Amino acid sequence: MSISLEEIQKISLLARLHVSAEEAGQYAVDLPGILAWVQQMNKVDTQGIEPMAHPMDASQRLREDTVTETDQRSRFQSVAPSTEKGLYLVPKVIE
Amino acid sequence: MTAKWEAVIGLEIHVQLATRSKIFSAASTAFGAEPNTQACAVDLGLPGVLPVLNSEAVRMAAMFGLAVNAKIAKRSVFARKNYFYPDLPKGYQISQYELPIVEHGQLEVVSDGGGRKIVGITRAHLEEDAGKSLHEEFSDQTGIDLNRAGTPLIEIVSEPDMRSAKEAVSYMKKIHSIVRHLEISDGNMQEGSFRCDANVSVRPAGQEALGTRTEIKNLNSFRFVERAIEFEIKRQIRVLEDGREVVQETRLYDAGEDETRPMRSKEEADDYRYFPDPDLLPVVIRSEVIEDIKRQLPELPAEKASRFRLEYGLNEQDAEILAMNKEVAEYFEQTVRKTSADTRRVANWVTGELNAALSVDNLDITSSPVTSDMLAGLLTRIEDGTISGKIAKEIFRSMWAGEGEADSIIESKGLRQITDTLEIELLVDQVLLDNPVQVGQFKSGKDKVFGFFVGQVMKLSKGKANPQQVNSLLRKKLQ
Amino acid sequence: MEELSVRQLAQGLAHRQFSSVELTRHFLARMQAHRHLNAFITEMGEQAVRQARLADQRIRSGDHGPLTGIPLAHKDIFCMQDGKTTCGSKMLDNFIAPYDATVVQKLEQAGCVVLGKTNMDEFAMGSSSENSFYGPVRNPWNSDCVPGGSSGGSAVAVAARMAPLATGTDTGGSIRQPAAFCGITGLKPTYGRVSRYGMVAYASSLDQAGPFGKSALDCAYLLQAMSGFDDRDSTCMDEPVPVYPRKLDRSLRGKVVGIPDEYFSEGLDPEVRVFMERAIAWAEKEGCIIENIRLPNTDLAIPAYYVIAMAECSSNLSRYDGVRFGYRCREPKNLHDLYHRSRSEAFGAEVKRRIMIGTYALSTGYYDAYYRKAQQIRRLISEDFNKAFQDVDYILGPTTPEPAFRIGEKVDDPVTMYLSDIYTISVNLAGIPAVSIPCGIHKGLPVGMQLIGNHFEEDKLLNFAHQYQQATDWHTRCPPGFE
Repeated sequence: MSISLEEIQKISLLARLHVSAEEAGQYAVDLPGILAWVQQMNKVDTQGIEPMAHPMDASQRLREDTVTETDQRSRFQSVAPSTEKGLYLVPKVIE
Repeated sequence: MTAKWEAVIGLEIHVQLATRSKIFSAASTAFGAEPNTQACAVDLGLPGVLPVLNSEAVRMAAMFGLAVNAKIAKRSVFARKNYFYPDLPKGYQISQYELPIVEHGQLEVVSDGGGRKIVGITRAHLEEDAGKSLHEEFSDQTGIDLNRAGTPLIEIVSEPDMRSAKEAVSYMKKIHSIVRHLEISDGNMQEGSFRCDANVSVRPAGQEALGTRTEIKNLNSFRFVERAIEFEIKRQIRVLEDGREVVQETRLYDAGEDETRPMRSKEEADDYRYFPDPDLLPVVIRSEVIEDIKRQLPELPAEKASRFRLEYGLNEQDAEILAMNKEVAEYFEQTVRKTSADTRRVANWVTGELNAALSVDNLDITSSPVTSDMLAGLLTRIEDGTISGKIAKEIFRSMWAGEGEADSIIESKGLRQITDTLEIELLVDQVLLDNPVQVGQFKSGKDKVFGFFVGQVMKLSKGKANPQQVNSLLRKKLQ
Repeated sequence: MEELSVRQLAQGLAHRQFSSVELTRHFLARMQAHRHLNAFITEMGEQAVRQARLADQRIRSGDHGPLTGIPLAHKDIFCMQDGKTTCGSKMLDNFIAPYDATVVQKLEQAGCVVLGKTNMDEFAMGSSSENSFYGPVRNPWNSDCVPGGSSGGSAVAVAARMAPLATGTDTGGSIRQPAAFCGITGLKPTYGRVSRYGMVAYASSLDQAGPFGKSALDCAYLLQAMSGFDDRDSTCMDEPVPVYPRKLDRSLRGKVVGIPDEYFSEGLDPEVRVFMERAIAWAEKEGCIIENIRLPNTDLAIPAYYVIAMAECSSNLSRYDGVRFGYRCREPKNLHDLYHRSRSEAFGAEVKRRIMIGTYALSTGYYDAYYRKAQQIRRLISEDFNKAFQDVDYILGPTTPEPAFRIGEKVDDPVTMYLSDIYTISVNLAGIPAVSIPCGIHKGLPVGMQLIGNHFEEDKLLNFAHQYQQATDWHTRCPPGFE
């Protein structure tokens, strides 16, 4: 199998990773190799088998609807790259 | 819209649930706090934190499902919807995809012709709200407030069953009414608790296949929904009539310009890569729990409307208007309980006089200056003949202006109805004496002049004369 | 002091033969002496001594448990308010967690003294501890070799006697494989046994924290303190926690030990096989019944595992976007630039590779062929184990096909690197517990055997391991030069 450079660019856009031309070339080699290896999964027929998303066959526990969290903004924002007036800042977004 | 074309509309309504804490964290959902003071580590998506599901959000979603006769899934699954946006802290939204909690519901709405039609509800699923991006606060930066991030939502997805903006609004109002009755949302549209995305397409009348649709995002008032859809239908027809093609895209409604335009930030291709969230297990609801929720459901608007028809003898339209809004219905029933006045009269006053006054002053019925007690007092006085309906309207305006209750206004302004036959007879004589020409006309067979005399007597009495008595005295005198 | 067991250390503290401060200083000195192994990202000398003083007070006042005053090292994947939590990544080089992981909290309550945060493969993605922003970790048995990964730093800390105990996490073998490569004992508990809250996620449905120690008994003490219900983790199970150290003396007579054919196939180093056969012979002598079993889908476990792990990690790592914490690129031109450069500049090559593949595997048109298929195979693998455990108490085999490999040997060949996890990965897919214990030394490098148990049977695993360690001395061997 092969993966085109356009496809690599599309994936890198979805993943928000900058991929240089050189890296893209490397991915174009690596990814098909790994994916081809992964495709040995196809040697077993899994039709009708329920996919297993969790190792435990359990159901979701529910919490009570109570507020126990207090304001820790200054603490949380002390590790933020850029804040002002209590807001996290990013370059201007145009909708 | 020209008859050549048919619009097809489906709505996705996002309803914030009125839980105290967030769907996956114990931070408060209260509106209006200082930015980011109600965003805890889980809401911020800090490394290593994990979601735990709020039981109340599940219960509320099930209530909604039962209210629209939908199927409540015994097992539903949370999935991750992956996309990057600054107000989406984890880079994914926890939502439901393949197995939503509510499926296959339906709702009766008012159709274009004024009749009824059923709109299908495909599904309603639980998900978390995103934060807010504030674009105006800074010149070259966007500020992110994550207080809203993690607020529980149900997203209600309709079938593309609506054919006009009016039908869409009727559907949306019904949903609004239901969530308010269930008390699962405050439904506050200004604060974003109830908002809507509309999917709109157009096809030649009679064609089965759907046209290319556009999605109009974030409509937060009934009026905007109507305007945006109307604009979009016209725009699409224009595009098609020009021989061009409608582009499938996401658009925003600009209320200032009253138009929709493509959303720029959505230009990058989306592929949400849904997969089951490994941090959350399947949500299992036992049938007993569903039965229990069903038993505890409050009376819903449709049930209430039919009860109003039976119990109070109201017509369908009045019953529906009164039952639509929970607080209006409560006001109506409280008033009925406190007066001997005819229930239809109460209904007329609530839907007429009161409703008009509220909308002029842009007030909610819960903050009406005329309470149900006051209205009941007023209607009792009409019923017992103390005042006429006309005077009652005047008294209502005084009550609205804060001049007190009906009885005290009647006393202080001397508005009691004149029922003394002698007094009315004097007025009648005066009018006949003052208008000899008209008396002549009447006698020569012009019956219509009779109304003129009634009017003159009422005017002379400043509206206080009992109209029935005026009538019979006039008849007698003119014979 | 470094050769004492946890029980002996606790007795020494209780009888005032030494104080926790002395013990802590002793291990801190050893950490400094062996910095060339690069086992620690953060050394926490000052805080450790402070904690040790508190522990000494607790011991004096009689308010102490079996771990009070015992030093340990945390894998740098556990969030901790003291010092930074990097996860081996440039992305979190500046990150000070505003909260403690549940594991950290529990061990603090138990009175443990934290010596430092250990080095690891970036975001736990790796089998060699070479993929760290802070440089590769070296194996004390041979510093040209890898210590295994991703919890390499923790394994080395215990193996080189820089800490009596250490925490690790295991997503596909990240505790057991480094334990085997470093000649120590490491246990991956049942999924849901230990809270994941505050543990930086790699692949959420596979990640599980567990203990490293010189012996099964030492691990039993640490596991005891780490385990238990946590209402902040939906996947943490509300199962009673046995008192593990008290469960280790039971006889193994009559226990059925399954030997899977698939774990003894051609990829297995013949010398490793010899040690395994000796261990099996020992078990038989102890009265165990040895049975050959089949785990027919074993070879599918690795591709299924990598698809699931990469898919989950591609989503889990989306939160590193340079907005609320962590690395942000300089002067981003716009939002696109902020995302793309922050992530590309701060993630290492292996992390990016896995995000790329995971993104691909989940994208439209590929989901069924990759992710869904992998989850179906996961069920087959889980059913293989369910079936096996109807007949056997234990499944025994090698932890790895061969002992530690050389640094740099496999970095350029991802698939070969992934294949070194062949015996450990199935266990994570099924969510069951397994322990790796030393069972030989080959050409100066330790060999580990893996014992797999059914859900929540950690006590049985530790029982077997302890009995084996009563009869053998592999677990007491110290790498030369670290005595």
